[in-house]
Amino acid sequence: MNTPFELGRRKVLLNKHTVQTLGFWGIRLVSLVTVLPILGIVVYIIAKGASAINWGFLTQMPYDGMRAGGILPAIVGTFYLMVGTSLFSIPLGIAAGIYLAEYAPETIWTRMIHIAIISLAGVPSVVYGLFGLGLFVLFFQFGISILSASLTLSIMTLPVIISTTEESLRSIPYSFRVVGLSLGGTQWQGIRKIILPQALPGILTGIILGLERAVGETAPILFTGATFFLPRLPHSPMDATMALPYHIFVISTQVPGMPIEIQYGTVMVLMVFVLGMNLVASLIRSRVRAKRQW
Amino acid sequence: MENAKIRIRGLYVRYSDGKEALRGVDLDILPHAVTVAFGPAGGGKSTLVKVINRLIDISDVAEIRGEVLLDGENVLIQDVNVVELRRRVGVVFSRPIPLPLTVFENVSYGLEVAGEKDKKVLADRVEKALRQAVLWDEVYDRLNNPAYSLSGGQQQRLCLARVLALEPEVILLDEPTSALDPVSTARIEEFLEKARRDYTILLVPHNQQQAARMADYAGFFLQGELIEYSRGEEMFLNPKEPRTRDYVAGRFG
Repeated sequence: MNTPFELGRRKVLLNKHTVQTLGFWGIRLVSLVTVLPILGIVVYIIAKGASAINWGFLTQMPYDGMRAGGILPAIVGTFYLMVGTSLFSIPLGIAAGIYLAEYAPETIWTRMIHIAIISLAGVPSVVYGLFGLGLFVLFFQFGISILSASLTLSIMTLPVIISTTEESLRSIPYSFRVVGLSLGGTQWQGIRKIILPQALPGILTGIILGLERAVGETAPILFTGATFFLPRLPHSPMDATMALPYHIFVISTQVPGMPIEIQYGTVMVLMVFVLGMNLVASLIRSRVRAKRQW
Repeated sequence: MENAKIRIRGLYVRYSDGKEALRGVDLDILPHAVTVAFGPAGGGKSTLVKVINRLIDISDVAEIRGEVLLDGENVLIQDVNVVELRRRVGVVFSRPIPLPLTVFENVSYGLEVAGEKDKKVLADRVEKALRQAVLWDEVYDRLNNPAYSLSGGQQQRLCLARVLALEPEVILLDEPTSALDPVSTARIEEFLEKARRDYTILLVPHNQQQAARMADYAGFFLQGELIEYSRGEEMFLNPKEPRTRDYVAGRFG
């Protein structure tokens, strides 16, 4: 009976624990592999770009055909675009999310809205860019401007904000709404005083993730608000502006003799911008999870 | 009965899934007394509670017929001010559901949404309500703690207190002690003993012992119908209907 096969099987059976340990390590290894590329990118960019970062780089205008000086207009432009996008997409997105989660009846109409939102989230960013060009730049005659670009980015950000708002609201127990009504409150009072404060951290996370995507995009602003080079900072929402992602595209493909560390330095600034926002979102989320008691 | 606080006539409720929760109920609920609605599950007791303060509005109901007269006015007609109604008719649910606010805010919520802004008034009413609910001595030094930091029994008394803060005329309690330990249950019953002359109380008890202990009047509900309605002692010592007798004696249910 003691064939090698039998022996082998018994051996495996005896070492169930070892098998499990091996399995766990395998899974750990695989998850590590998924993180490695991101980690690699971050380390590579910091290694190549950190030498370019100094106070002057962040606060000066570029000169010598952008081959020297700083990237202030691109940073300021990205900041303006973020503010503009927030202005439109946050109130609209939250209002739509509240409507869908709390008020909208279950009809074909609302189901269509849901499908539209999901589809919007899947539209390639360049399509948003062309849409913005057609609607805001040409039809509404806003021109190539911060306003047009912000509106375009808002449309892109909206689905994220709407669906995270809706989901955060839906995750709050229904019983709170019933209690609010039973104490003589209106539905809106219940939403404002009980439900929204509980859902706010989730909503905030959605806003940050949505804006973060908007800040990093090139295609939507390409035709609507970004400009190759501006010798001054934008004065009004009707001005075109430089922006970090487009600036990166420009200095890495359009300008001959571009110093490599300026390219990587610019990328690093954008990356810190985006990762920073991500970190804030994660922090909010984990803090709230720890605090929640129901 | 002439002086009924709530007069229910021909109340019929059918949910969207086809279930007939109440099938033509006539019931007079007298003021300054505890009326107990008891019977096996599915008898329509909870539906009755929800109809009286119109929380039924947010359920999937296919049809409601009949009248529920509160001080002679039908609360089921369309243009009744439900917000006003719910301030007059408070409800305590079977599970304690504190709002995710502080102890104080839980009790002041009803007053605040009613427009009360005076801090002094709010503080006074909150204290009074917490005392009435036999909770003040346990929470007076942590009014600003989250309500969820209280024990289950304390949470349920908090839910009672926030109803009392509105100084309601009618209090509906739908199995208020079913999630509580015996000590906490005793506290709630202690409140009911004290409050029974001051309010109109409709209690769905969580067992028959509680029904017998608490009832000034009792109604036996079976499958959506009010089988028998009488004074408490009579109901539990000498029921008239054979089905009531069987249920009270524990032969079914």
